[in-house]
Amino acid sequence: MRQIFAGTDGLTQSTTIYCPGCTHGITHRLVGEVLEELGVTGRTVGVASVGCSVLAYEYFNCDMQEAAHGRAPAVATGIRRVLPEAVVFTYQGDGDLASIGMGETIHAAARGERITVIFINNANYGMTGGQLAPTTLLGQVTTTTPGGRSAATAGYPIRVCELLATLDGPAYVARTSTHNVAELHRTKKAIRAAFQAQLEGAGFSMVEILSTCPTNWGMDPVRAMEFVAKEMTATYPLGEFVNWRRGN
Amino acid sequence: MPRVVFDPERCKGCGLCLAFCPTRAVGMDEGLNRMGYHPAVLLDEAACTSCAACAWVCPDLAVEVYVPVKAGERRAGVG
Repeated sequence: MRQIFAGTDGLTQSTTIYCPGCTHGITHRLVGEVLEELGVTGRTVGVASVGCSVLAYEYFNCDMQEAAHGRAPAVATGIRRVLPEAVVFTYQGDGDLASIGMGETIHAAARGERITVIFINNANYGMTGGQLAPTTLLGQVTTTTPGGRSAATAGYPIRVCELLATLDGPAYVARTSTHNVAELHRTKKAIRAAFQAQLEGAGFSMVEILSTCPTNWGMDPVRAMEFVAKEMTATYPLGEFVNWRRGN
Repeated sequence: MPRVVFDPERCKGCGLCLAFCPTRAVGMDEGLNRMGYHPAVLLDEAACTSCAACAWVCPDLAVEVYVPVKAGERRAGVG
């Protein structure tokens, strides 16, 4: 027998604290595999955020720095400028990136900062118990919108990719999903492109990854993937919004 | 040797591998692992095609996938 699928040197051997069926672990693997395949694990610095992925520094097999809530792009900016040879990425959830950290996100993108942002959108605050996030879908039940998100009182979901695509700084902005094997292959391809944009010095890059939160959504992991496929992609269309290779 | 090897101590029993297996070769063990989950097991070795769908959807890096070495093929590592 010949082994065709094994662990990646881009991740440590640690088991994660994530709930069963949470797609954080899958995305960790995809990032780890891309770092390994690009041969940059040894010169990569990751910036962990606040949220369920707060312990990401235990899982990625590269240098890691923890940032204050929402400030990962600012911390990554500093690291990238002090260490110009380093490959720098942030790993942030939607509460971190699109709420408290929206300012840092937009300005890092507007500056064309040569960092890569891995953005996990699971439409709620996972770690704190499933409250409304900026990305929560209209009608979606959370612990702070028990009757479902109403635009009249809680506003509308923020589409971060579309927002950043209006700026001139980003080199690569894409939204992908984790809800089946084909989408996972596309997600890995997008993560690779985002890191390549950074390696070529093209500018800011971000991949928004639609993800599940089975525990806080009150769904089993398979039903949660169906929710992503049917409900989340309707609000958050998949695709590339900026790609420096295509000149847009 | 089976085409798929599940690590029972990394598995959290989420069942995604079972749901995404196109040949229904995967099941969950009746026993519990150290974390208290029912880990995934390969129930039907003959049905498995080494497609690696289970490994791709596994959030816990609990799956290794193998393919048989064809006659004349050099025994290689991960490829």
